[in-house]
Amino acid sequence: MRKIYSKLMENLLSGKFVYTAEIEAGKTTNLEEIVEKGKMLKNYVTAINVTDNPGACAHMNPLIPSYVIQRDVGVESVYQITCRDRNRLAIISDLLAAAALGIRNVLAITGDHVIFGDNPEAKPVFDLDSATLVYLIRKMVDEGVDLAGNKIEGEVKFHVGIAANPNAVPLELEILKIARKVKLGIDFIQTQCVFDIDVAKEFLREVRKFNIPVLIGICPVRSIGMMKWYIKECPGGIKIPADMQERLIAARKQKGKKAVLEKSIEISAELIKELRKTTNAAGVHIMAIGFEHVIPKIIEHSS
Amino acid sequence: MIVLKQKPLDWILEAARSYDNILIVGCNGCSGIYQVGGEKQVKNLKMVLEMALKIRFGKNINVETCTLLRQCDRDLVASSLRPLVKRIKENGAIISLACGAGVQTVSNVFPKVVVIPGCDTLFVGMRTKELGEFNELCRACGECILFETGGICPLTRCAKGLLNGPCGGMREGKCEVDPTRDCAWALIYERLKAQGRLDLFLKFRPPRDHRVSASPRVWRGE
Ligand code: SF4
Repeated sequence: MRKIYSKLMENLLSGKFVYTAEIEAGKTTNLEEIVEKGKMLKNYVTAINVTDNPGACAHMNPLIPSYVIQRDVGVESVYQITCRDRNRLAIISDLLAAAALGIRNVLAITGDHVIFGDNPEAKPVFDLDSATLVYLIRKMVDEGVDLAGNKIEGEVKFHVGIAANPNAVPLELEILKIARKVKLGIDFIQTQCVFDIDVAKEFLREVRKFNIPVLIGICPVRSIGMMKWYIKECPGGIKIPADMQERLIAARKQKGKKAVLEKSIEISAELIKELRKTTNAAGVHIMAIGFEHVIPKIIEHSS
Repeated sequence: MIVLKQKPLDWILEAARSYDNILIVGCNGCSGIYQVGGEKQVKNLKMVLEMALKIRFGKNINVETCTLLRQCDRDLVASSLRPLVKRIKENGAIISLACGAGVQTVSNVFPKVVVIPGCDTLFVGMRTKELGEFNELCRACGECILFETGGICPLTRCAKGLLNGPCGGMREGKCEVDPTRDCAWALIYERLKAQGRLDLFLKFRPPRDHRVSASPRVWRGE
């Protein structure tokens, strides 16, 4: 049994249904907005993820908001790290800084390719990938050394999570990929958006053997365009059941644009209720970038 | 093989126009096989060069030609080209229709002679006949793992060069970067599955030692 360093891990292991949410650091020098969002979410979630250059767009380094949220808001952060923009030296130094600042949860992801981003001419790095990043973090935490075995002064206390896509086709391939990382030693999984309860159930069934807490990704949509983007363009591919699509489209037709979000809040809450009732999901991870104000509503409706 | 393409004619003309004597050197290796810089293309370029320089710049030049079995062979280049290089001594230049290795071999053997690359070297790959396109297959990483990956190189064929793929962007077997292309890791999965070796898919590959492939690379034999 590994030591527990964070509230998130404690709650995940306690069997409580855990809520986490996600915010972006943004292309900004302003931390106030981030703190505001953190305060709004504080009483609803156990931890807040801060994304690392999401969609390959150059944002503020997420380490800073991750720290500020913990210090000024008093809610734990999940510091996300992608392998796209930094080589292992830069990642090790960021992790050391994170450990020094009291960050306790890290999410290791590969990262979208630079061509999707706002500086598509950039050189993609990928010196590490999400698996080798997990391997690095384990070495730092368990052995107190970096990748090359150099000793680190002081303790490194992280829990490491990975992302996964329950919608992946073929799912077997996704499961094998997770198995590879489970062997390395991961603490939790936060998934890509799930709209289809059957997709969540099948995924949870498949990963049950790993005995790793899973937070299912919940993504409210605020427009029909956004819904279509998920279905057609989102990297990895997302399934939205036909009847759910129809409900959203009907809301748009009957009551106008704003009703889509209202309907989506309702749908998200239903989904969470169903997850709580009928699955062994450890919780949900809610992503509503740019309209985080709906997160408290979804959580209220779902519990 | 090495996949290359000829540079635009205007570019070659611009580079060659100030010389009076040109030696076009083709290569019957990869360049010849892919019909980019073999005997036929050398002849064509000679004709076009003579004509275009005359029409555009009113210039008559002397163009010699030679196509080697392999332009990346130092001894072959030295013995075959020496007499011809003598003939272009007066304000002369060589146009090489080989890959970058061929161009540099020629330049290395005749360091005083200007060598104009007539081609852009693209990658190490293969022609997929059905599609009439070329695919990059090998990055010469110096540590071949093809035995473990079902004969498909992820370092080269995955858009992120991942050794523990696929990434989360894979969509029904297609690559997130270009949905018309197969995800290398989906191909590896299928291939290993067909070979009954899926256990290899579970294998974790630690971070690469980049010193193995840090340029400029030297091999001194063993
Ligand atoms: S989709 Fe496949 S080939 Fe494309 S970047 Fe991801 S792992 Fe590599």
